[in-house]
Amino acid sequence: MTGKTLAEKLLSDKSGTDARAGDYVEAEIDVAMAHDITGPLAFQTFDEVTGEDADLFAPDRTIFTIDHHAPADGVQAANNHNAVREFAAKHGAHQFDVGDGICHAVLVEEGFVKPGDLVIGADSHSTTYGGIGAFGTGVGSTDLGTALATGELWFRVPETMRFEVEGELADGVYAKDLILRFIGDVGFDGCTYMAAEYGGSTIESLPIHERLVLSNMAIEMGGKAGFVEPDLRTIDYLERQTGEVVPFDDDLHSDEDATYDSVHTYRAEDLAPQVSKPSNPENAVDVTEVEGTEIDQLFVGTCTNGRYEDIKLVADILDGEELAPNVRMVVVPASKSVYQYMLQTGVFQTLTDAGAVIQSAGCGPCAGYHQGVLGDDDICLATANRNFPGREGSMQSQVYLASPATVGASALYGEITDPRGVQTERYDDTVFAEVLS
Amino acid sequence: MSDPSEPGRAWVFGDNIDTDQITPSRFIVSSDPDELATHAFEDLRPEFSGKVETGDFVVAGENFGSGSSREHSPLSLVGAGVSGVIAQSFARIFFRNAINLGLPVLICPGADAIDDGDEVSMDIDAGIVHNHTKGEQYDAEALPEFLQTLVEQGGLKAYTKAKLSE
Ligand code: SF4
Repeated sequence: MTGKTLAEKLLSDKSGTDARAGDYVEAEIDVAMAHDITGPLAFQTFDEVTGEDADLFAPDRTIFTIDHHAPADGVQAANNHNAVREFAAKHGAHQFDVGDGICHAVLVEEGFVKPGDLVIGADSHSTTYGGIGAFGTGVGSTDLGTALATGELWFRVPETMRFEVEGELADGVYAKDLILRFIGDVGFDGCTYMAAEYGGSTIESLPIHERLVLSNMAIEMGGKAGFVEPDLRTIDYLERQTGEVVPFDDDLHSDEDATYDSVHTYRAEDLAPQVSKPSNPENAVDVTEVEGTEIDQLFVGTCTNGRYEDIKLVADILDGEELAPNVRMVVVPASKSVYQYMLQTGVFQTLTDAGAVIQSAGCGPCAGYHQGVLGDDDICLATANRNFPGREGSMQSQVYLASPATVGASALYGEITDPRGVQTERYDDTVFAEVLS
Repeated sequence: MSDPSEPGRAWVFGDNIDTDQITPSRFIVSSDPDELATHAFEDLRPEFSGKVETGDFVVAGENFGSGSSREHSPLSLVGAGVSGVIAQSFARIFFRNAINLGLPVLICPGADAIDDGDEVSMDIDAGIVHNHTKGEQYDAEALPEFLQTLVEQGGLKAYTKAKLSE
């Protein structure tokens, strides 16, 4: 038998079988998450399957967030929030409220997810947890509701597609540019039913907040999971975040003779900053191709690029400057701690001085619900992950996706701008931690 | 749920129909299938919810149901009384959610031969789509045994209930 991919190893371990790509297994869940949109339906399922008074499989490893319509933008949303609060309280699960932040940011920051865990989230960007070497995958509410009852769920063991990057990224080029390029190359459904795995010297040198960007957007190529093999950098990051000792398991990687669906290799030096044109993330082009495109709104935030390092990077570019007169900028930190660090470190001041609007932590206008939706013919440049028709508002609006550096540079000129022309930093994992201490 | 082996009208959609297009995000504050059904495809095909009848089918191209994990999308089709979804390919989470809800789904590369309004039906066990209007049939990928069991039992809830009571 040949060796196993990390996906096969983890699902073998969690199902107690010798799992290979294509097998169906029932596996034990380590962590389960739902939010204010997907939670209520999952609660109905739970109540129906087990009866209302049953226990959750593991209340201490179950997390509910209120982040999508937060603060509530209508009565139904407010009622959904209450449903989350009530269910969480009744069953003793962890619950994060309005302003605490986006599920995927919170779970990582608070140390709920460890390398090697099987994490299901009733949200498609649950692939994010692969950035710290967990099998994170998005499921529906019926999946989540039944798993809350049983602690198990069925999975088809995925094939793995590997992305191998060697060399050093140029200044102004980030993990966001890498993932937009990958999606552009394999297509929006190129990795459907598969796990993506990112490796090579470039990936190994990336700080965790950038690795999380790669895994977060695995779903934009259809991926079921998106792994970066955990290493000592991962352990350091988690220990800094949580203040706890995190054991390192040196078997959490694909075997050398593992079978891949395909391997895609890149040279980091060759990569220019990328922009995905409307209305599909796969429309990735070099920034030079769309330079000069006029924009109306800039959006900095989301579970992809709403972390402290991302927002700080935008603030660095705007320090002492003003937004171009034709644009508005909406900034939505991914979590409450990001919001607080922005206050503490002057990032908040810099951005508001430049003319940006800053909202409480959450999803913001990412899915077009509230807090900055787009009107007809509005053009937005966003650090987000999706740009489907109508995603951030009107069906006639258009969204371009890019890195925080590209969004920051473009804010200065009111048109899509190559960030290689402005001074940009690459922050390592200690920046956020320094503010923490 | 209605019987997918009974012929019904095909509502044909294109490639990359994402969950925002199936159930626009402004409506997913509701989790009620009947309510969701009244908004299914509202921006893309406004007449759908008024005219769809119990026993009809949704037919689509590549990558149907991409985007978010919202179960509201397949649930809106369950609410609309759709007997099944036939697509050239599916996004993973939609496919999974549909199976979990007991909504039959078949991957059928030849689905592009189906025109809007054709009468179609599904043979789930054999993995065949019949086009009664054109007198044709198209091969589909038969569901793996485990998934057939889930669909036959009426979805993941029923499956789990049965398992818990064992
Ligand atoms: S930030 Fe956007 S993509 Fe991320 S969880 Fe919220 S709505 Fe979804």
